[in-house]
Amino acid sequence: MVALREAQQRVGKPLLFVLCLLPFGLLAWAAVGDSLGPDPVKTLIHTTGEWSIRFLLITLAVSPMRDLSKAGWVLRYRRMLGLYAWFYTSLHLLIVATYLFGWDWAITKEELSERPYIIAGFLAWVLMVPLGLTSNNWAVRRLRQNWRRLHKLVYPAAGLAWLHIAWQTRSSYFDAVFYAVLLLILFLPRIKKLLKNR
Amino acid sequence: SAVSKKSDNPFFADETLTPYEDVTNYNNFYEFGTNKSDPAKYASALTTDPWSITVEGEAAKTGTYQLEDVLKWMTLEERIYRLRCVEAWSMVIPWVGFPLADLIKRFEPTSDAKYVEFVTAVRRDEMRGVRSAFSVIDWPYVEGLRMDEAMHPLTLMSVGLYGKVLPNQNGAPIRLVVPWKYGFKSIKSIVAIRFRKTMPRTSWVGIAPDEYGFYANVNPNVDHPRWSQRYERRLPNSLLKPNRIKTQMFNGYEEQVASLYKGMNLRRYY
Repeated sequence: MVALREAQQRVGKPLLFVLCLLPFGLLAWAAVGDSLGPDPVKTLIHTTGEWSIRFLLITLAVSPMRDLSKAGWVLRYRRMLGLYAWFYTSLHLLIVATYLFGWDWAITKEELSERPYIIAGFLAWVLMVPLGLTSNNWAVRRLRQNWRRLHKLVYPAAGLAWLHIAWQTRSSYFDAVFYAVLLLILFLPRIKKLLKNR
Repeated sequence: SAVSKKSDNPFFADETLTPYEDVTNYNNFYEFGTNKSDPAKYASALTTDPWSITVEGEAAKTGTYQLEDVLKWMTLEERIYRLRCVEAWSMVIPWVGFPLADLIKRFEPTSDAKYVEFVTAVRRDEMRGVRSAFSVIDWPYVEGLRMDEAMHPLTLMSVGLYGKVLPNQNGAPIRLVVPWKYGFKSIKSIVAIRFRKTMPRTSWVGIAPDEYGFYANVNPNVDHPRWSQRYERRLPNSLLKPNRIKTQMFNGYEEQVASLYKGMNLRRYY
């Protein structure tokens, strides 16, 4: 048992690290090989956006998973998963700023003031900044109880991310409904807990 | 491969053509799915032969016409047009077709015909997008033009591209091409043409009237509520060569079509 746990500790994190980097690696590989289709910008924006919400959902799934399976060790991977959510969101933002806004301040200002779905998406990223910056042992120790409180920001961030998706509905409700259902499933145990502790 | 012809000729855009591969693999044709790659994957299920078009409304020669008979009346020609999608990407495509005006004259519309409405085929067993429960479109897909727009010499009925028969994903067997309007106006796989007194209720106007207007003229000064229309990504592009270019008024056909909209507030009638 002890040996197993040791092995898990030694291998688990590096393995997860590489696994989470895989979507980025594949995307970068395709970008270099120019095999992202006729509109690579669109593909990059879409794919990084999808991985952002996926990692956000996976991160949110960790503690309900712990509660269901009583496998406490899963918590040790939560920070890395959250960091990856932030990584893919930042990448998404970087590509939008480069290829859609062309780092043009006038356009960026206009997009950030006039378009609700962009405002929601940007705010989601902004909320994730302090979470990303404090996802290290030093910050956990320094912030103590406040660390938990601060990291509750992941809930409004997830809500904003969903708005960002839902407000882009054009020809199909699928994404909006799909992510609403997943978020609801992940939020339910938390709401239940909240009501019980009252 | 760049085809160069007389540069001031609006019928032949003197610009680098978007490769055949991209023109036929990057499509919006929601009847076959909402991803750009769906039409190329699934549109082969559509039966395009035999094909008939129903002509209705304010015209002398209404009725149902077989496409092969219609094509016998027409002389096919090539046109190289810019295509600007409302989603801010664009292509340059060598179409094969005939002026819509030539076809309309055959049906002898009356003086009451102020608008022309077009309808796309709906085939539940052949179109997987039509079967989707998540679709926001109330099938069939409907588009329309004002009579003077329809009669304009730039307005084309296309049956081919790159000198070949129109692939299904591009709207086979017959589609509209209106180069100064956003791509969604250029309705595909047409089964009905209706001459109307009143403005038709087009699909996108029905779904999101604040985002897609009846006119849908390419206009860099009027934003889509969710994105700017000032720039476009000319396809294909790559990360090192994003091909981000300024969008032109009426997609560069201002000289030819601006007079159609004289005195109209293009912000109101977008």
